[in-house]
Amino acid sequence: MTAYILRRLLQTVVVILLLSYFCYLLMTLMPGDPVDEMIMANPEITSADIDRLRALHGLDQPVWVRYWNWASSIASGDLGYSRTYRVPVTDILGPRLLNTFILAGAALLVALIVAIPLGVWAALRKNSTADYVINLFAFAGISVPSFWIAIVLILLFAVYIPIFPAGGTSSIAFDMTPWEAFVDRLKYLVLPVLSLSFLSIGTYVRYTRAAMLEAMGNDYIRTARAKGLSWPRIYIMHGFRNALIPLITITALSFSTLFSGAIITETVFAYQGVGQLVFESIQSNDFNVAMVAFMISVSMVLLMNLIADLLYGVADPRISYS
Amino acid sequence: MPESAPRDTVLKVEDLQTTFHTRIGPVRAVNGVSYSIGKGETLGVVGESGCGKSVTAFSLMRLIEPPGEVSGGAVWLGDENILEVSEERMRELRGSRMAIIFQEPMTAFNPVLTIGYQMDEQITRHLGVSRQESRERAIEMLSLVGIPAPTERYGSYPHQLSGGMRQRAMIAMALSCDPEFLIADEPTTALDVTIQGQILELIQSLQERLSMAVQFITHDLGVISEISDRVLVMYGGRTCEVAPTDVLMSTPQHPYTSALIQSIPKFGQRVARLPAIEGTVPSLYELPAGCPFQNRCPNVGRRCREVHPPLTEVARGHQVACFYPVGP
Repeated sequence: MTAYILRRLLQTVVVILLLSYFCYLLMTLMPGDPVDEMIMANPEITSADIDRLRALHGLDQPVWVRYWNWASSIASGDLGYSRTYRVPVTDILGPRLLNTFILAGAALLVALIVAIPLGVWAALRKNSTADYVINLFAFAGISVPSFWIAIVLILLFAVYIPIFPAGGTSSIAFDMTPWEAFVDRLKYLVLPVLSLSFLSIGTYVRYTRAAMLEAMGNDYIRTARAKGLSWPRIYIMHGFRNALIPLITITALSFSTLFSGAIITETVFAYQGVGQLVFESIQSNDFNVAMVAFMISVSMVLLMNLIADLLYGVADPRISYS
Repeated sequence: MPESAPRDTVLKVEDLQTTFHTRIGPVRAVNGVSYSIGKGETLGVVGESGCGKSVTAFSLMRLIEPPGEVSGGAVWLGDENILEVSEERMRELRGSRMAIIFQEPMTAFNPVLTIGYQMDEQITRHLGVSRQESRERAIEMLSLVGIPAPTERYGSYPHQLSGGMRQRAMIAMALSCDPEFLIADEPTTALDVTIQGQILELIQSLQERLSMAVQFITHDLGVISEISDRVLVMYGGRTCEVAPTDVLMSTPQHPYTSALIQSIPKFGQRVARLPAIEGTVPSLYELPAGCPFQNRCPNVGRRCREVHPPLTEVARGHQVACFYPVGP
């Protein structure tokens, strides 16, 4: 088990290294560089100044040398400096990451709490009216674009019935008790979380329904019935317990994609998350921020993959990593 | 084996009908089957695939699911007609007074729960004992069916056991609550021949010890002749013939039974071509009027195409549903 985890972690590090080089290459392929941004603001700059600036920032070096410099400073714990915000990357990225983590985590939680019972119910009442209604709802969730549901939510619950703020992350106030601050954060979270979770509820409902139907069609369900067990016990211990295995993978994998899915939601709700930050930093060639955010996204996907595989082993005794 | 003194009837099936409501129309998978099984007796049910043997078994346990339905008849277990008791009462009976061993030991266990857990579920449900007592009971049953190191196997997952061991565990689980009536639905079909013999012996010895009534379903006449006291031959959802095993094997009266027995290869006898029954089992969708065997029967007459021959007693304990039985 430990050997397996170590081997997987090692593989993960190699993949991260390769991907980071690839991302770095892509960034340099973008038109313009940070110096272009600087000279745009200063019409009196000379070409000698430009060359001096390029040399100062190391932009005259070949790509692999620049990558090496960047990677070694990252490895030594220095994440660099944001040219747009003029603060260290850690200062700008840290709180943003936390915000996105709260948003994505809450959305995932809400989605699972809603979707799993609905999916199980639809599977157990296959081809009933309830099943059709749940499926319709699920397909709506899958097909509706995320910005649309966000705008509808803002219209409904911030404009027509103004019970939640239309956007933002928290109120600007200094005299809040910790409890008030918490409630304030929650208020700002409700609409983005609803909007983000609505998208994944559909997918989870479909997956849960399919997994549950598959599990309930197995011979061991008949065995369980022949033993005289109660329906709840058959559904939970024999049906759902087996349906859980595919669900674990899907959940863990989609947790990492929630970060990228959050970009649109964060933009519509002006939520101070990492998705919005990455988008802006790519636009303004602020690649120290963009690269670190990339690395975190990539690591999340790989880490979640690893966690999914490990949980798989916990849920299914037939899988062993020793 | 001659018909022994009347035994206490454990299970009595009267005119059982099971219908599947399909798109093409209702299909009678079991059509008026009647029989009874006494204490300590084994009734072999034999027939080709799709003749309704397994559907009969599942009907008795009320395990038929929509679009299927037990549409008529009665099944008496003791003085209760179990087709009429509540679902709640049925759950009390299943696994305690009546149990079933399935054909596929590979898939009949839940792969993510231990053998012990799956046995405990049934034992605590029906015997109302503590976890500890249930564990002891389960381990005792595992050792009774000849599983080596039962204490370790109690904590094993199904995939850690071989097919034969899994079928033994299945038997242990089925018998864990002392059922009066056991259905064995082709319990040896999925196993190697060497293991088959062991499992048959095991079922036989346990039956003697626990004096259960056993309904043994198979398509293998060789197995039937080894294990059962009486045999019921099914075809197209109906009973063709019922007789004590030795009578049936020596003097079959129904043309179908006779053809089945002739198609068993005999040891040391070389024939150019093994006799087979011409044609195939008719689809239950398009059963002809009259006897379902008419299109494959050498003795077929005009009457066979009009009415289904009633089951009539030709000798003591020997009933045949045929207008033109094969002479003894």
